[in-house]
Amino acid sequence: MRSILTLSLVFSTIRLATPLVWAAIGGLYSERSGVINIALEGLMLAGAFTAAAMTFYTHSPWLGLGSAIIAAAFFALLLAVVCIRFKANEVVAGTGINILFLGLPAVLSGALFLSSGSTPQIPKDQLLPEFGRLSVVSILAVLLVALTQYVLYRTPFGLRLRSVGENPGAADAAGIRVLRMRYTGVILSGMLAGVGGAYLSIGQSSLFTRNMTAGRGFIALAALIFGKWRPVPTMLACLLFGFADALTIQMQGVAKLPSGEDVPVQFIQMIPYVVTIIVLAGFIGQSRAPGALGVAYDKES
Amino acid sequence: MKLELRDISKRFGDVLANDHLNITIPSGTIHAIVGENGAGKSTAMRIAYGFYRADSGDILVDDQVRDIRAPLDAIALGIGMVHQHFMLVRPMTVTENIVLGAEPGSALSLDVKQAAASIRALSAEFRLAVDADAVVEDLSVGQQQRVELLKALYRRAELLILDEPTAVLTPQEVEEFFSILRRMREQGKTVVIITHKLSEVLAISDNVTVMRDGRVVGNLKTCETSATELARLMVGRDVLLRVQKVPAKPGDAVLSVRDLSITTSAGSRRLDKVSFDVHAGEIVGVAGVEGNGQTELIEVLAGLLAESQITGSVTFNGRDIHQFDTRRRREIGIAHVPEDRHRRGLLLEFSLSENVILGVHYRPPAARGIASALLDEQAIRRRAELVIREFDVRPPNPALPARALSGGNQQKLIIGREFELPPTLLLISQPTRGVDIGAIEFIHRKIVALRDSGCAVLLVSAELEEVTALSDRLLVLHNGRIAGEVDPAQTSHEQVGLLMTGGHA
Amino acid sequence: MKLLRELRFPLLAVLCAFAVGAIVVLLIGDNPVETFALLLGSAFSWPDGIGYTLFFATPLIFTGLAVAVALRGGLLNIGAEGQLYVAAFATAWVGITFTGLPSVMLVPLCCLAGIAAGAGWAAIPGVLKARFGSHEVINTIMLNFIAVALVGYLTQYHYRLPGDPIMETAPISGAAHIPRLGTFVPGLPTRIPLNVAFLLALIACWLVYVLLWRTRWGYEIRATGQNPAAAEYGGISIRKEIVLTMAISGALAGMVGINEVLGYRYRYYDGFSDNYGFTGIAVALLGRNHPVGVIAAAFLFAVLQRGGVPVDAFTQRVSKDIVLILQALVILFVAAETLFRPGGRPQGARTKI
Repeated sequence: MRSILTLSLVFSTIRLATPLVWAAIGGLYSERSGVINIALEGLMLAGAFTAAAMTFYTHSPWLGLGSAIIAAAFFALLLAVVCIRFKANEVVAGTGINILFLGLPAVLSGALFLSSGSTPQIPKDQLLPEFGRLSVVSILAVLLVALTQYVLYRTPFGLRLRSVGENPGAADAAGIRVLRMRYTGVILSGMLAGVGGAYLSIGQSSLFTRNMTAGRGFIALAALIFGKWRPVPTMLACLLFGFADALTIQMQGVAKLPSGEDVPVQFIQMIPYVVTIIVLAGFIGQSRAPGALGVAYDKES
Repeated sequence: MKLELRDISKRFGDVLANDHLNITIPSGTIHAIVGENGAGKSTAMRIAYGFYRADSGDILVDDQVRDIRAPLDAIALGIGMVHQHFMLVRPMTVTENIVLGAEPGSALSLDVKQAAASIRALSAEFRLAVDADAVVEDLSVGQQQRVELLKALYRRAELLILDEPTAVLTPQEVEEFFSILRRMREQGKTVVIITHKLSEVLAISDNVTVMRDGRVVGNLKTCETSATELARLMVGRDVLLRVQKVPAKPGDAVLSVRDLSITTSAGSRRLDKVSFDVHAGEIVGVAGVEGNGQTELIEVLAGLLAESQITGSVTFNGRDIHQFDTRRRREIGIAHVPEDRHRRGLLLEFSLSENVILGVHYRPPAARGIASALLDEQAIRRRAELVIREFDVRPPNPALPARALSGGNQQKLIIGREFELPPTLLLISQPTRGVDIGAIEFIHRKIVALRDSGCAVLLVSAELEEVTALSDRLLVLHNGRIAGEVDPAQTSHEQVGLLMTGGHA
Repeated sequence: MKLLRELRFPLLAVLCAFAVGAIVVLLIGDNPVETFALLLGSAFSWPDGIGYTLFFATPLIFTGLAVAVALRGGLLNIGAEGQLYVAAFATAWVGITFTGLPSVMLVPLCCLAGIAAGAGWAAIPGVLKARFGSHEVINTIMLNFIAVALVGYLTQYHYRLPGDPIMETAPISGAAHIPRLGTFVPGLPTRIPLNVAFLLALIACWLVYVLLWRTRWGYEIRATGQNPAAAEYGGISIRKEIVLTMAISGALAGMVGINEVLGYRYRYYDGFSDNYGFTGIAVALLGRNHPVGVIAAAFLFAVLQRGGVPVDAFTQRVSKDIVLILQALVILFVAAETLFRPGGRPQGARTKI
C-alpha cells in the first residue's frame, strides 16, 4: 500500500508541477529581461480557455495548443506595450490582465457556448496525449528547462537578455536593442504560460472552468523567486509546490483528525497557499533579482 | 578620426540643452570639453554616440556627414564612449561585459575561447591589465574603468569619448590614466574628455572647447590659455576659485568617535577602528576616493544603516549616542546633508514646504494639537519661506514640487532645512555635487558662516579642491581607515593624494 | 483648474475602456449601444436605480480607500477581498455571539470587530514584508485564498443553522442591525438595502483625507510611499510604516462588513462579495488614490455593477462579466498614463518582485 501511494504521489507531483514549470520559465524570460510579469495567472487562463474552446471546435488538441500559444502571446504583447511603451507600473498592468481574465473567458463562453464560464467537455481521445502516465507536456517541460539553461548562459541571445535585465543602460551603450529584447521576453513568457494553461484544460482535465488556475500563476512566480531566477532551481521549486499540491489531494478524504473525523476540506485546500507564503518569507532575503527588474527604461530621463 | 558637430541643437522639454553647437575635434588629438554641470557637454557627446538624436544639425566623421541613430551606428563608425557612471553589468564577468553586443561565435553558441584571446591581445597592446574571468562587481573602480576602455577598443574604436573619467580616481591613478591616453594618441586614436576639472584639462589636452548654458563659448588651444580664462568662460564672470575664511576658533569637542568599525549586513568591513574628534567652531574634512568608507561613516553618525554591525563608541557632547535613532539624533542637534540628494535628501513629488519639514514633521512647530497629530500649515509655510529667503532658493514658491528645482536650488533647500534646525553638529557630504558654480560659492560661504557661529562641521567631499579649501583639519580615509591627518593649508594635493592611495605622507 | 486637468486623464481612460468594451460586445454578436444603454441606464431611476447604485458604491468606496491608502504608502494591497471576508465574518460573529447587549454597545462592537479583523489580516503581509522583505502582492493573493477557505470552514462547520442548505451563518442579534436609509429618506422604501454604512463610507473618505494630508502619520505614510530612503533619512521607520499602512488599508476594507452584515443580510453570507476587493483596485487607480476620486470612481463602477443585472437578463449573449472586462480595461488605460500624458511616470507603487 505504502509503495503504491509513493509512486502515484510521484506522478501526481509531476502532473501538478507541469503547468507551474511552463509558467515559471515563461516568467523567467520576462523577468530576466527586466519586466515584472505578474500576469502569468491571466495568461495561463488565456491559454486554458483558448485551448479548450479551439480543441472543442477543431477536435485537435494540437490546434488547441497552438492557438493557446498565440492567444496568450497576444495578451502578453498587450501587457508589453502597456508596460514598455507606455511605462505603466508593471504590477498594476499585470493585475489588470488578471482581472481581464476573470471576466473575458466567461463572456466568451457565454457567447459561444451559452454557458456561465465553462467550455463543453472534450472527449478523451482529443486531449493532449500521454505516454504511460506522463503527459507529453510534462516531458517537454523538462526539455524546456534544459533548453532555457543553455540559451540563457551559452548563447548571445541569453547574454543580451540578461544584460538588459541587469543594466539596460549598459546594454544600450553596447548597441543592444533594449526595448526589443524586453518585448521578446514578455511575449515568450506569454507563450510559455499559455502552454501551461492549455495543459490545465486539455491535458490534465477535459474542459475549461472559471478561474481554473486558482492562483497557480502566482505560485509559479513564487517558484521563480525561490529558484533565484535560474532555470533548474526554479524547476525544482515547482516540483516542491507540485508535491505540496499532490499531498493535498492524497489527504482529502483520507486525513483524519484525532477524533476520527475527516479534516475539513478547507484546511487541506489552504496548504499550497500557506506553503507559498512560508517559502517566500524564508527565501526571498537570499534572492537576488535581476538588477533592473521593474524599472522602465527611459534613456532621456 | 576627425569628429565635427555642426550646428547641433537638442531640447529636452523646456530645457535647450544644446544650442547650435559647432565643435571640431581634429584627428589624433586629445580634446577636452569643459563646462559647468548642466552646460550640455554630456548631451552633445551622447548625440555623437547615438544615445540621443539631435533635433537639428549634422555630425561629420572624417568630413562626411553621418546619420547616427543609435549606439550601434556610432560603434560601427569607430566611435566609443565611456560614461561617467560606468555602463557595466555588475554580476557578469569582464569577458562577458566586453563582448556584449559583439559576441564571437554563432547565434547558437558563444565562443568563449575566442573572446578571451581577443581580450588578452588588446590588454597587452594598450597595457590595460585585467582579469578576464573576474566578476565586475568585485573589481576596483580603476579596474572597472579599464574594462570600459577595453570595451571600446574591442569594438575597434578610433575615437574615444570619456565622460568625467577622473571623477573616481586618486591623483596617482589620474597620472596612470593620462599615460594611457597618451599611448592611445600615439596609436593614432582621437580622445575626447568631458570634464570640469581645469587642472587636468591643462595637463593633458591639446585643445579645449568651453561650453556654457548649451552653447560653445570658446574653442582654444590648451597651451594658449589658463585656468582663470577657462573658468571665466565657463561661468561668464570672474570666479573666486578659493573661498575666503578666517582661521577657526575651535571650542570643546562636540563629536568624539573612538575605534569605530562598521561591517555591513553583507559582511564587508567598511570602517576599521576610526577615531577622531570634531570641535565646536571647526570644519573637519574627510578626503578620500569614494568607496573608502566615507558614505558609511556619515550615515552611521546620522543614525542610518541600522542593519550594520557597529562597534566602537560615538559620543556627542559627552553622551553616548550609539543607541539613538535618526530622529533622536536630529532632536539633540545633529543635522545631516546627504551625499545623494535625490535618494536621501528630498521627496521630489512633495512641495518645498513639505520637504522643509522632513525630519521635524512630527513635533512642533510643524505639528500641533493633541499628540502633535495635526500638521500646522501656517507654521510650515512660514518655515519654508524663511529657508527659501535665507538660502536663495529659486523659484521662491513653497508650493512647487521639489523636482521642479535645479540641482543647485535643491541642494540649497536641503542645506537651508538642516542649517535652520539649528544644528550643534553638521554632517555634510558632497555638498556641491552637480551644483552650478554660483550656488557652489553660496554654499561654501554658508558652511563657513555656520562654523563661525559655533557649529561643529564634519565635511566629506570627493572634490579635493573643495575639501582642502574649506577644512580646518583634514582627515584622509583609505580602505576604511584614517590614513592620516593633515593641515590643509600646509599640505599639497600630491601629498594628500598619496595618503588617499594608502601611501605615507 | 488643476482639478480639471487631473480629471482629464481618468475620463479619457474610462472612455477608451468603454470604446474597447464596445468592440468586445460587437465581436460577441450583441449590440453595444443596447448593452451600454442597459449598463448605464438602470442606475439612475428612483428609487431602485439610485438606491441600489449607492448601495453597491458603499463597499467599493471602502475597498477603493483601502487600496488608495496602501498605494500612497507604496504598497499594492491585492488582498482587500480576503480582508473583507475575514472582517465580515468577524462582524457577524460578534453579532451572533453577544446577543444580550443593547444596540448602543453591540453595533460599535460589531463595527470594531470588523475593522480589527480586516486590519489584522492585512497586517500579516505587512509584517512579512517588513520583516522578511517578501512582496505583498503574492502574499495578499495567497491570503485571499486562505481567507475564503478559513471563513468557509467556520461557516460550514460552526455557524450555519442546522438544516440550512445555504452557506450562511445564523442571523445576528436584532440589536446589531443598522437602519436602512429608507427609514429617514422620504420616498425611499426600506426594502432597498442602502443603509447607514453609506454615510459611514463618506465619513471614511473625509477621515482618510485628513489622515493623509493633515496629520503627521499621513505625512509619514506618503513619504514612505514616495521615497523610502528619504523617509528613513527623515527619521521615519520604514518597517513600522509598512505594517501601519497595511493595517489601515485592511481596516478600511473591513468596513465592507458593516454594510453587508449589519445593514443588509444581517448574517454572514458566504461569497457575498462581488469582487469588491479587485474592483477596489480599479476604483483607487481611477480615483488617482484620492478620496474624492475614489467616491467618483466607486460611483461609476457601482453604476456598472447595477447595470450588470439587466445586461445579464436582457441581452442574448453578453453576461454581467462584461463589467469585469471594463474594469480591467480601465486599469490598463489608467496604468498606461503616458499614453495620455507623455513624459511623466505616474505616482503610485514602485514595486519589485
